[in-house]
Amino acid sequence: MVGLRPVGILALQGDVREHRAVLEAIGHEVVSVKTPLDLEKVSAVVLPGGESTAISLLLKSSGLLGPLRNRIAEGMPTFGTCAGLVLLARSILDGRADQVQLDGIDAVVRRNGFGRQRFSFETSAQGASTLAGETLPAVFIRAPLIESVGDDVEVLATIERDGGNTPVLIRQGSVLAGSFHPELTADRRCHELFSAMVEQGTAQSTL
Amino acid sequence: MTEPNSSRTTGTFTVKRGLADMLRGGVIMDVVNAEQARIAEDAGAVAVMALERVPSDIRRDGGVARMSDPALIEEIQAAVSLPVMAKARIGHFAEAQILQALGVDYIDESEVLTPADEAHHIDKWAFEIPFVCGATNLGEALRRIAEGACLIRSKGEAGTGNVVEAVRHLRSISSSIREIRQADASELFTIAKNHQAPIGLIQEIAETGKLPVPLFCAGGISTPADAALVLQLGAEAVFVGSGIFKSSNPQLFARAIVEASTHFEDAAAVAKASRGLGAAMAGLETATLESRYAERGW
Repeated sequence: MVGLRPVGILALQGDVREHRAVLEAIGHEVVSVKTPLDLEKVSAVVLPGGESTAISLLLKSSGLLGPLRNRIAEGMPTFGTCAGLVLLARSILDGRADQVQLDGIDAVVRRNGFGRQRFSFETSAQGASTLAGETLPAVFIRAPLIESVGDDVEVLATIERDGGNTPVLIRQGSVLAGSFHPELTADRRCHELFSAMVEQGTAQSTL
Repeated sequence: MTEPNSSRTTGTFTVKRGLADMLRGGVIMDVVNAEQARIAEDAGAVAVMALERVPSDIRRDGGVARMSDPALIEEIQAAVSLPVMAKARIGHFAEAQILQALGVDYIDESEVLTPADEAHHIDKWAFEIPFVCGATNLGEALRRIAEGACLIRSKGEAGTGNVVEAVRHLRSISSSIREIRQADASELFTIAKNHQAPIGLIQEIAETGKLPVPLFCAGGISTPADAALVLQLGAEAVFVGSGIFKSSNPQLFARAIVEASTHFEDAAAVAKASRGLGAAMAGLETATLESRYAERGW
């Protein structure tokens, strides 16, 4: 596993280290992205978990907001978890008026949609065919809730909620996003899926 | 908002320490009302600590310092979307039960309040809400982790605006970790005895080279440079108590400490954040203190 493309992790705040460990184990060189110059060095980027309000402010002050939004629009493979999903979503409910939107994926996302920390939970998510129909361990921490997705969005995993199924891992073109934290478990399949997207550099990669 | 579902497990260690992981690289700010909480959120805080008086006022007023009024905590919860933390007295598990019932996101079993039990800290495994505890050295940190703490912060000397004690505590913890990494397997037993810490946790550190939970810094941080100092010394996030709302311009100080905490390795960025802030909180020389909060707890 040599010669994989360099992947950046937005390192303004949040659980950067966990994403780094998984991507390095897969064989990627990992770059911490704190400035526009850092972003130029990478072929793909991960938006980690953290506080989306704090990361929003820091995206503006670091000058990263414009360049990052442009790269995503140009098709740079991007993977957001939890706060990363909130930043990528086209529409945010219960957010702040000045919250940054990177407009990466056609989804409506409610911040802290599962409630406060005492309702944070672990469960098994049901993977779609892209994940061989298998379940994956899923950790939700003050997690955002994906309320709806557009027609062009592929739902890759769901959990049961209120008698129905709620999407928790979604993909549109080169953007992958999850409301849970695959980086907090030993299961690497979400990052391997992203790695395959990075290596193909295209939208509809298949494993 | 309740989400009952039998296939979900709440209150696991992964979920509890996971929230601490999400706060890394950020600034947690003490606030005493909804207005301050909004200022903290606007400035980019990752969480707020809801309390009635900041530590410097507790120090000035004297008397017994207790858990905050639930009405105040609820007012702050309603004002911001950030995680809200609150303090319980050392050993006061009934205060902690109340904070859990209020739905706070993290409980700080804090030496800043007057201890309620001289021999026992709270059994933190009994709670679904995660706990942060202070420590002055590695042994103290590991005793708290053994009791169920999911996040450790240096104690520092709260309410002084003087970072010297926090630096001492961070350096002590990291130098003990270095000693463990270099020890051979048979030496770990004596190291555990000397630190009065569980051998299992000492062995874990020997293997991983780091504390089993995140390590944040608290106690005396007043400037962007203070934040950059403790983060370079190995802290993974900072708590700022009196340093923001006892400064001459809380909005500016809050924003500047957030910037410095993200770009702590970039001196030019910290210099930019430090420019033109006005007066930091006055501060106290720790040698002259009548009461040292860091000596509370064991």
